[in-house]
Amino acid sequence: MKNPYLPYPVRIEDIVVETEDRNLKTFKFKFLNPEDEAKFQYIPGQFAELSVPGKGEIPIGIASSPTEKGYVTFTVNKVGVVTTFLHNMKVGDIMGIRGPLGNWYPWEEMEGKNVVIIGGGFAFTTLRSSIVYMLHPDNRPKFKRIIVVYGARNPGLLLYKQELMEWEKRDDIEMHITVDATDDPNWKYNIGFVPAITEQKVKSSEDAYAIVCGPPIMIKFTQPVLEKLGFPPERIILSLENRMKCAIGMCGRCNVGDQFVCKDGPVFSLAKLRTLPPEY
Amino acid sequence: MSTPKIFKKEEWLSVVNGLRNKYKVFVPVKDGDIHLFKELKDGTKPDFAYSNTRLSPKGIVYPQSERMFECPLEEGKEGAFILKESPKEFVPQVVLGIRPCDAHGFLIVKRNFDNPQYQDPWWVQRYQATTFIGLGCNDPCPTCFCNAVGEGPFGEQGLDIIMYDVSDSYVLKPVTDKGKELLSGLGGRDANAEEIKAIDEIKASAISKMASPFSIEPLRSKTQLDLFNAPYWEDVAFACINCGTCTYLCPTCWCFDIQDETYKKYCDRIRNWDSCMFPLFTLHGSGHNPRDKKFQRVRQRFMHKLKYYVDKYGDGVQCSGCGRCVRYCPVNIDIRHVCKLMCM
Repeated sequence: MKNPYLPYPVRIEDIVVETEDRNLKTFKFKFLNPEDEAKFQYIPGQFAELSVPGKGEIPIGIASSPTEKGYVTFTVNKVGVVTTFLHNMKVGDIMGIRGPLGNWYPWEEMEGKNVVIIGGGFAFTTLRSSIVYMLHPDNRPKFKRIIVVYGARNPGLLLYKQELMEWEKRDDIEMHITVDATDDPNWKYNIGFVPAITEQKVKSSEDAYAIVCGPPIMIKFTQPVLEKLGFPPERIILSLENRMKCAIGMCGRCNVGDQFVCKDGPVFSLAKLRTLPPEY
Repeated sequence: MSTPKIFKKEEWLSVVNGLRNKYKVFVPVKDGDIHLFKELKDGTKPDFAYSNTRLSPKGIVYPQSERMFECPLEEGKEGAFILKESPKEFVPQVVLGIRPCDAHGFLIVKRNFDNPQYQDPWWVQRYQATTFIGLGCNDPCPTCFCNAVGEGPFGEQGLDIIMYDVSDSYVLKPVTDKGKELLSGLGGRDANAEEIKAIDEIKASAISKMASPFSIEPLRSKTQLDLFNAPYWEDVAFACINCGTCTYLCPTCWCFDIQDETYKKYCDRIRNWDSCMFPLFTLHGSGHNPRDKKFQRVRQRFMHKLKYYVDKYGDGVQCSGCGRCVRYCPVNIDIRHVCKLMCM
């Protein structure tokens, strides 16, 4: 009988320190068994359980894109027992991945539309997956404009800096990088909070979807901006987090009303969330 | 369906012991002041003259603690850091004398562990290996309300055989093919028309002892937000001490935790029953807790059972009316009262 709790064994192929505070690292994993990689077919927006035997499991958004073959990546913030242990693991170490889990951003619905990506802090991981996915030559024609507003507290806390710079140079994606504050005189991007930059740069909601991931405070103040710009709640897409264990809708803790963040989510439209108790 | 069989009570224990040739048999046993389901072994004295066990029999299919996976944590050891399923046997087992509410409870829980997308392999295999022989309730307790949640003291949902206590005998009627097969090997003689008629009298008498059922129909039509934002939750939760007794005893509470335990250089991944009454249940790594207040956790328990489950599966509440939480709550919180509030 297929066991949905059994992780696939993986090897850590690479570890990148993403932020100056060293609190975020990106882990690149390779599946020990190629057939497991074939089974791990994911869509941007999904997550997986990273499984460190002896420590436990953590639900983390998939940061790589399905268009990137041969590996999967996850960016992990050092917070608790498992993440702290993981941060001290080395290239070559063996652990597990269980997934892919949960739903994904509404890619079919968004085809032929403008896509506005709004991210804050370290919640940029599945957004990175989404951008790489949309920019792939097979997928880019499916979308109209791609507009990205991405902010962090300061330049040192931005994830994926090299890629951000590469996207800045392209003409098929409109990048609006911002920081809350900086004393770097050479900072040539925006300074300001994500909601304010969103209002200045996004301008229109016509034929557009907004995908928003970030800390609760950013989401709270971005929502009214998006509504002012005319985004209906059906086209404001959010990704939630709650404490999880099983990640397959059985263990009972991550529910928001009758919906499980792990199985029915993590992606919900604002319209859907408004029908549910705000327990997240 | 084949004819019901009748067994004299004095021969019953030897019949039951005969089942041990083919099955692991669980029976109600008196243990101090309470009853519990225990495995029938040499010398075990089953007591079928019980009202119900303190703890529901859910642990027979879904143990309170269960090893899921294991692996060595030592560089160079074969299989190091690669979790493997812990070996398990799912031997045929019989739960004998289970009350109809508790058997119904397994069906309620089945929707969680055995759904089209995911199947919990341990729950499903152990459930499949189990035959349920129910004992109808001649004397429902004052806290019983199975009749309000789609069952009754002689309900057959989730049972393979139903057993009636008729004066000096037990009458066993098969409900499923699995039950028919088990019953055909038990012996006994066919119950006659008069004996079968006696069952109807017992049923009528039991039902007359129960309070008339309250309606759960309005739970469907109210929205989740209406009920969630209702004004009574702080009052309902006021006396609660978050002890978790309700969830622990409940046949339909299924929530669990997964924990890694290590001994020297070896890891076991274990799952344990958990409870929505505890703040750690939902605590985020960041320190944020969506249900950090007691009343939020109490509300979650009732909303899950009486609204979220109703909406998710469109078929009844996540409660089998056994009344354990009502009887054993140290501060007398009563789900029947809460349900009536929610339906008002």
